[in-house]
Amino acid sequence: MIVRLRQPRREVEMAGGRAAYAVLHDLGLSREGHLIIRNGTLVPSDTMLEDGDVVEIRPVISGG
Amino acid sequence: MVDLPRHNANFCAIHLQQLCVRQVQRAISDFSMFDDSARILVAVSGGKDSLALWDMLVELGYRADGLYIGLGIGEYSEESHRITSAFATERGLTLHTVDLRDEHGFDIPTAARATRRVPCSACGLSKRHIFDRETTRLGYDVLATGHNLDDEAAVLLGNTIRWDVDYLTRQYPVLEAGHGFPRKVKPLARLTEREMAAWCVIRGIDYVVEECPMAIGNRHSGYKETLNEMDERSPGTKASFYLGFLDRMAPLIRSTPASQGAPEACPSCGAPSSSSETPCAFCRLESTASAHEPVPVRMVLNRTARRAFDAQWGEE
Repeated sequence: MIVRLRQPRREVEMAGGRAAYAVLHDLGLSREGHLIIRNGTLVPSDTMLEDGDVVEIRPVISGG
Repeated sequence: MVDLPRHNANFCAIHLQQLCVRQVQRAISDFSMFDDSARILVAVSGGKDSLALWDMLVELGYRADGLYIGLGIGEYSEESHRITSAFATERGLTLHTVDLRDEHGFDIPTAARATRRVPCSACGLSKRHIFDRETTRLGYDVLATGHNLDDEAAVLLGNTIRWDVDYLTRQYPVLEAGHGFPRKVKPLARLTEREMAAWCVIRGIDYVVEECPMAIGNRHSGYKETLNEMDERSPGTKASFYLGFLDRMAPLIRSTPASQGAPEACPSCGAPSSSSETPCAFCRLESTASAHEPVPVRMVLNRTARRAFDAQWGEE
């Protein structure tokens, strides 16, 4: 699956078949501070992400 | 659907919107922010919170217009303005715009270099001055800002760490009008950044996701990260900290403009000021910064922020 990250913008490829919160953990990202948007739809962090998914992990914290 | 750990539940689109609207209604009611007839000016930046606030107030039937300030932070400001303008146009809403360089001869990167202070200092001073001025000049009853629970909890943490009693007595979702200052309210104070971001995604609201490059790594962000780490281990910690302060501490220590000395008027712009003989802080900033050669935003960023800026917007 393709995982799109921000700050800075980048893409990484990861194996599917894992829960979103596990992906967040592997990337060192907090659940509270990020939304998971899978194939254009907002999903909870216990969602299983699969091969072929395009996942945006969107940070929600604004510093300004 | 989105998970909200502090509520120990997943929320579908309908119930997430219901939750957000109810919390805003509760904040407006609990703190008597404004009534149905009020003319509300919403401070909008193009970020998720201010656009979500504006969206919600309009959805609730309030008369709400927007005010955008062009801060001159390179492509970040250009994108912010584009998104804010598009939001207003698509909904037929009134958006007032003030451009700092056009009207005052400086922008935030230049002000930061000219004053040799952190950019957030010049930014906050400029925004507060212009928001206050325009709210009064345009005849609005109240200024609404998109400060959310995470923002307020981070400020509270900072004020508490420093034991800044003066700021603690004034930290409240409503700042009463007085001595030339307009009434200011924070209707999102009961909602988290996560909930605001989810609102925007669910409602299809385009907003600036990237942080202001001048705010990367600042102290306020650090406080937010600390609170989020605590919330990861014990969901609801942020809300308990801030809402508990409002319920139990603020009533004991709160001060209002009426309880403070009346300010003088700036001899230059007429805004409330500590002296009628010397220009106010904003006029002094304008004088210093407008005389300085314009500085591109990249030149006032620290190394970390510059790398992030280049990755996002490309090198100038």
